[in-house]
Amino acid sequence: MESQTPIAELRGATKLFGEVVAAQDLSLAIRRGEFLSFLGPSGCGKTTALRLLAGFEQPTSGDVLLDGQRVNDVPAHLRPVNMVFQHYALFPHLDVAGNIAYGLRQRRPRPDAAAIAAAVEAALRMVRLPGFGDRRIWEMSGGQQQRVALARAIVNEPKLLLLDEPLAALDKKLRRDMQIELQGLQRSLGITFVLVTHDQEEALSMSDRICIMRGGRIEQVGTPRDLYDRPRNRYVADFVGKSNFFEGRAEAAPGGQTILVAAGGHRIAGTAPAPLAAGARVAASLRPEQIGLARAAPEDGGRIALPVEVVTRIFLGEHTEYLVRNRDLGEFLVLVPRQAEAATGAFDPGEAAQAHWRQGDALILADT
Amino acid sequence: MTRRDIRTWLLVAPAAAWLLVMLVLPLVVVVVFSFGERAEAGGYAPAFTLDNYLNLGARATAFANTLTLAPLGTLACLVLAYPLAYFLAMRASPRWRTLLLILVIVPFWTSILIRSYAWIFLLGGQGIPSLLNALGLGSPRLINTPFAVLVGIVYGYLPLMVFPIYVSLDRLDKRLLEASADLGAPPWRSFLQVTLPLSMPGMATGSMLVFILLMGEFLIPAMLGGGKVFFVGNALVDLFLQSRNWPFGSAVAAALVLVMLVAVTLYMRFTRSWAGTRDDVSLM
Ligand SMILES: Nc1ncnc2c1ncn2[C@@H]1O[C@H](COP(=O)(O)OP(=O)(O)O)[C@@H](O)[C@H]1O
Ligand SMILES: [Mg+2]
Repeated sequence: MESQTPIAELRGATKLFGEVVAAQDLSLAIRRGEFLSFLGPSGCGKTTALRLLAGFEQPTSGDVLLDGQRVNDVPAHLRPVNMVFQHYALFPHLDVAGNIAYGLRQRRPRPDAAAIAAAVEAALRMVRLPGFGDRRIWEMSGGQQQRVALARAIVNEPKLLLLDEPLAALDKKLRRDMQIELQGLQRSLGITFVLVTHDQEEALSMSDRICIMRGGRIEQVGTPRDLYDRPRNRYVADFVGKSNFFEGRAEAAPGGQTILVAAGGHRIAGTAPAPLAAGARVAASLRPEQIGLARAAPEDGGRIALPVEVVTRIFLGEHTEYLVRNRDLGEFLVLVPRQAEAATGAFDPGEAAQAHWRQGDALILADT
Repeated sequence: MTRRDIRTWLLVAPAAAWLLVMLVLPLVVVVVFSFGERAEAGGYAPAFTLDNYLNLGARATAFANTLTLAPLGTLACLVLAYPLAYFLAMRASPRWRTLLLILVIVPFWTSILIRSYAWIFLLGGQGIPSLLNALGLGSPRLINTPFAVLVGIVYGYLPLMVFPIYVSLDRLDKRLLEASADLGAPPWRSFLQVTLPLSMPGMATGSMLVFILLMGEFLIPAMLGGGKVFFVGNALVDLFLQSRNWPFGSAVAAALVLVMLVAVTLYMRFTRSWAGTRDDVSLM
């Protein structure tokens, strides 16, 4: 039964800084051993959520639980949680080994020197920096410092590892490598990881579940696939993958479908993952890859076609991305696979074309 | 040189410039004079004799006083300045900080002479001792004792110690303290293991400044020591201005410089070795 208690939990946690609401009514159960990401734009309260879990902030109201225990009043140094800080926060007066050993040296009774040295060396191997123990911090590159920060945290075998935009300062290539390494490390250690990021690709590729935040609130929590297939509203759909949005009013239709009536009388049918009131302001979400491009409107009655003008064309290798414009619905993106393009031929900017998709493919979402 | 060394040196640079202008150039003159003889009417007459140096024992008390009270005064300043600087840098709200920092230097706006007169009164028979007497705590003699000189030193030199320490604490990345807490250190251990070592450069700079200036101090011992607690500085005033024995005064001055160099070198070696090994030194 014990393993079903969430490793950590926020229950209606709210944090105010004076007038500023940094986090509002956060409720979230973090599962044992999962890789969870907080995703949202800068200032939406991701760091605050993490700091509530670490114990650097106390909730203004609501509760923080670790392993089923309310820990609101337990200070950071007594929580079995470790954090990898946004700018690493490595101790400049200690060498690499000194930094990594820091947490072990705080234990009482204190482990003996040989045990500490062995643990430090094992942690260094784990982050692929064997033998770097006696380097000074400023002798290390950004990527290496990142690994030291990681080693300094995992050597303590925390129940929960919190990572605050750990990869934000790294260049793209290094970031990709570290994402893979972090994921591998999480699997092999079995430690619960909670990652904060504003990079949707990072969240999508690494996480078991993603918690999407906006303005101090949680918008939706789910697996990357959940969020991709059943976003609760436009904001979430916009955060998870690229999407086109057509705005209009909702109208109920038979067979569980919802129709969006857009400018110019266009009617776009689709499914609504969340219930919508008739007449509500909604947006139809269509992924660029769901839309095709043809010279003439397709005969297929199940497809909806829109006359468009090609604005720009970007060659992406396996795909070509077109930005097209419809008189009523404005500009949107179409992603045409190489094979499909071979059949129709490439479209040049300025050319007229028919954009088409299967009627019903769209997601009809609350436009918030 | 490590980066920390360079930073220390940059902070010491003003003191170094002071040394060059105020000591190195006159030093040449002083060394030449110290081998000479006193002219008939006082002053300097060319000669080459070691008598002045052999005579240094006559001023042993002044050297002893200087060499105990200067380090002691530096230490007292350090111990008192640290909590003050710590409060200003880490605890005071930004709104109050500037005002409090100004208050620390306000005493410098009046002459040390006038401020010392205030202390003569405070430590004199009608000051603190009479207050203690009224409270039935006896009537200890304070003025004209080493203690009075120490009080004057701390009062006069505290700001010089506060500022470098304040700067090093102000620059300390506060996230390091969160990292320390995150790794399981209670606040007092974070202080010993993070704050204290990282404010070492400030402490070293402040101590160096105060110590060097104290070695040449004469006003505070003259006013609060009442001719009983003599510094080498007082001996020099006496030799150059009263008895006009310039060569002997020069020998005393040269000896003082030598002692100061040795002390500063030892001090630097001590702080550097501490800085070099503190990775392994766990204070707890
Ligand atoms: N210590 C603080 N004092 C005042 N406001 C704060 C403090 N910390 C965060 N905030 C505010 O709370 C909001 C959320 O901040 P944060 O959690 O850091 O967002 P994120 O990590 O998503 O960028 C922001 O508006 C920020 O300005
Ligand atoms: Mg943040």
